[in-house]
Amino acid sequence: MVAATRSNDGIKPPFDKVVVRHGATVLRVVRAVLGHADADDAWSDTFLAAMKAYPDLPADANLEAWLVTIAHRKAIDIIRATSRRAIPIPDAPDTPSQDHAAERHLELTEAVAALPTKQRQAVAYHYLAGLPYAEIATLLDSSAAAARRAAADGIATLRRTYSPNHVDASPQTESANDHN
Amino acid sequence: MTTIDLAASYPVDDDDISRLHARLAAAADRDDVLDVAYRTVDSPVGSLLIAATPVGLVRLAFGSEGHDAVLQNLSDRISSRLLHAPARLDAVAHQLDEYFSGRRHSFDVPVDWQLSKGFRRTVLGHLAVDIDYGTTASYGTLARLSGSPKAVRAVGTTCATNPIPVVVPCHRVVRADGTLGGYRGGPAAKRALLDLEGIG
Repeated sequence: MVAATRSNDGIKPPFDKVVVRHGATVLRVVRAVLGHADADDAWSDTFLAAMKAYPDLPADANLEAWLVTIAHRKAIDIIRATSRRAIPIPDAPDTPSQDHAAERHLELTEAVAALPTKQRQAVAYHYLAGLPYAEIATLLDSSAAAARRAAADGIATLRRTYSPNHVDASPQTESANDHN
Repeated sequence: MTTIDLAASYPVDDDDISRLHARLAAAADRDDVLDVAYRTVDSPVGSLLIAATPVGLVRLAFGSEGHDAVLQNLSDRISSRLLHAPARLDAVAHQLDEYFSGRRHSFDVPVDWQLSKGFRRTVLGHLAVDIDYGTTASYGTLARLSGSPKAVRAVGTTCATNPIPVVVPCHRVVRADGTLGGYRGGPAAKRALLDLEGIG
């Protein structure tokens, strides 16, 4: 997949190829950052905006990083719009209560959703999209060190709150054991 | 230590991407950024790629041309805002289906001629209206119809590079000695189309 991230020899592929090659990664990222319910809207907003800007994008640009940058902004737009509508969103405390028994039984996706926003973003952009911390720092308006720390804190929290061996273990949670 | 596999926890299947891709195509069309829409259709001469701009049908390609190469060429020459978007091509696909089943003898769809300039555009314009279903003409006849009777070779090149074969019926243009002459989709496809139209 690394080879597909950059277009070869400065030849710009038709936008359809961009959707086919990077659509799944962007969907995973917005599902992790926003949750399942708003992910389709964020994905659609991202690719429509990307398609409008695509002819002006340099042919040697890193397409996936570019798409994640757009997805990051679109996700923020959706979070803001949701807040304005005053619908309560699951807002996690900065320090999850580590000894709460129920938290140990969260599905991994629920554990991700419960992370503080910056940690959730850093984890998604680094571990799902493969962005280097220097680029994540630009997105989060922080330093590379702070982005790295946010991702590390997020992963540490996931390890504490997520148990793949809980009683309702599904095939999906079992596959979490196949981590590379 | 508990291991974490994030990607496996956010499974994405083909249905997800198909659904979102279709939604994107509709939104792009609505916002006037779908510069090139394409789809493929099955036919007796193999899988055909058809592509349209907002103006009309701009390209029809045989499988032998390599559909990926054709899409890259359209992206480079017309616009990279190109998506698989079948809706814009519904009428063309329907008429092609009727043609290949023998129920349609001429096409009535808007055409975008932008891939053919100058004399080539003139030649293809005559080809589209002057040579009826079930008949053939020689390259020389088409040159005469196009107002340049000596430009037989240029007419041959034009037919060989026709961006919209089948719909613009260059398969009906044959050599003066009655042999078939070249064809973008290969000689077998040319023969098949002439057979379909009852030309022996």
